[in-house]
Amino acid sequence: MKYTEEHEWLREEDGLVVVGITEHATTQLGDIVFVELPDVGTTVTKDEEVVVIESVKAASDIISPIDGEIVEVNDALADNPALANEDAIGAGWFFKIKPSDASQMDGLMDEAAYNALIA
Amino acid sequence: MSDLFRTPLHDLHVELGAKMVPFAGYDMPVQYPMGVLQEHLHTRSKAGLFDVSHMGQVIIKGADYEAAAAALESIIPVDILGLGLDRQRYGFFTNETGGILDDLMLANRGDHIFMVVNAGCKVDDIAYMKANLHDVSVTEITDRALLALQGPAAEAVLSTLDAKAADMRFMDVANLSLAGVECWVSRSGYSGEDGYEISVPAAQAEALANELLTHEDVEPIGLGARDSLRLEAGLCLYGQDMDEGLNPIEASLPWAIQKVRRTDGARAGGFPGADVILAALDHGVDRRRVGLKPEGRAPMRQGVPLFEAEDGGAQIGFVTSGGFGPSVGGPVAMGIVADNLREPGTVLYGELRGKRLPVTVVSLPFIPANFKR
Repeated sequence: MKYTEEHEWLREEDGLVVVGITEHATTQLGDIVFVELPDVGTTVTKDEEVVVIESVKAASDIISPIDGEIVEVNDALADNPALANEDAIGAGWFFKIKPSDASQMDGLMDEAAYNALIA
Repeated sequence: MSDLFRTPLHDLHVELGAKMVPFAGYDMPVQYPMGVLQEHLHTRSKAGLFDVSHMGQVIIKGADYEAAAAALESIIPVDILGLGLDRQRYGFFTNETGGILDDLMLANRGDHIFMVVNAGCKVDDIAYMKANLHDVSVTEITDRALLALQGPAAEAVLSTLDAKAADMRFMDVANLSLAGVECWVSRSGYSGEDGYEISVPAAQAEALANELLTHEDVEPIGLGARDSLRLEAGLCLYGQDMDEGLNPIEASLPWAIQKVRRTDGARAGGFPGADVILAALDHGVDRRRVGLKPEGRAPMRQGVPLFEAEDGGAQIGFVTSGGFGPSVGGPVAMGIVADNLREPGTVLYGELRGKRLPVTVVSLPFIPANFKR
């Protein structure tokens, strides 16, 4: 797994990258009550806002960690936003992206670096 | 580290694992480990204990109750002289243009009036009363905490400490002996549920809170759930749903102004902004606070602009409070809209992230009130 400073996690899976937010992020946000996911087929660039999430406290934007095309979104999460709190790194994933430049993954943090960031 | 005030329950909040945030100059618990959603639902199904010690507790005393009541009626447009002994009433201070300076609860305690005002306004409120009330004393009570026990189990829980709690009706006040301490208790609150607000000497506040928390139905509840509970109950938050620029009729609070203070009443007017407020009662206003139910799941929060049409047209209102309503299971909001659009069932559009999404005007509250009348 790779991590961003925006508290996203990325997991490579069959040439695609699955993206979600970390447990640390969901704990900070509190109960998540709304998730708006991008349309499948959307081409996104790194740092572009792609997802809106709202917790009981506030709205937050999730930015794309890399360039690519959105190939799948987690509709179960849109129906049940609490999945992000219950299983942040599993059933609470946000979207799958087909990277256009796989080398962008290299600049991201590994788990040790991320844990140091949030410590 | 910070110059925030602490309530007498501060250590207990930290011990209970609360997430503390600055609120109105105080370091307050926004949530406990249970989380805002569950805290909200727990309060609606059982009972929640809130620390509201940041609010202002004030005693107003004159030669007798009538003297204090008459003085307050010169700055508050409600019937205070007619308030029964040991009864509580909602009210607000108005300004010369009819706007609201703060809202409050006041109680007839026989030889004095006990008032609770908002934390963020209390310094101004007290200075204002001292400057404008003659021949009465205005004393801020700084040596007592204020707890709220809210929810359908509140009566059963408080009755285990003093059986007299069960005899109180909604908006009654009484002195109860709770855990050996004399407390000033009202049967009221800010959640839409039955419950009590309890003024307790600061030194005994933590012991009483702990005593209440030992009951299996009682959980500590933070400011986050307090806000979602009051929003579902259709209750105004000062600074959001009402302020100095909005008169009580625009804020949809005409019920708070009793007939005796209205045009042709025995004590009509006689408060700041009376001309504006009585004219608003008699002839209507151009905009009013309404309940709003966004369609879909996206919460519409404070400040979201409202439109009559999905495309084009001028803004006709704005959201004053909004968020997710855990008991409703979806977004809920209140807002100010043009008076001709206030009828329940009217579909309006809230502009969220550049898109106009439908919201329906609804009657308040979102959940039926559960008071013991």
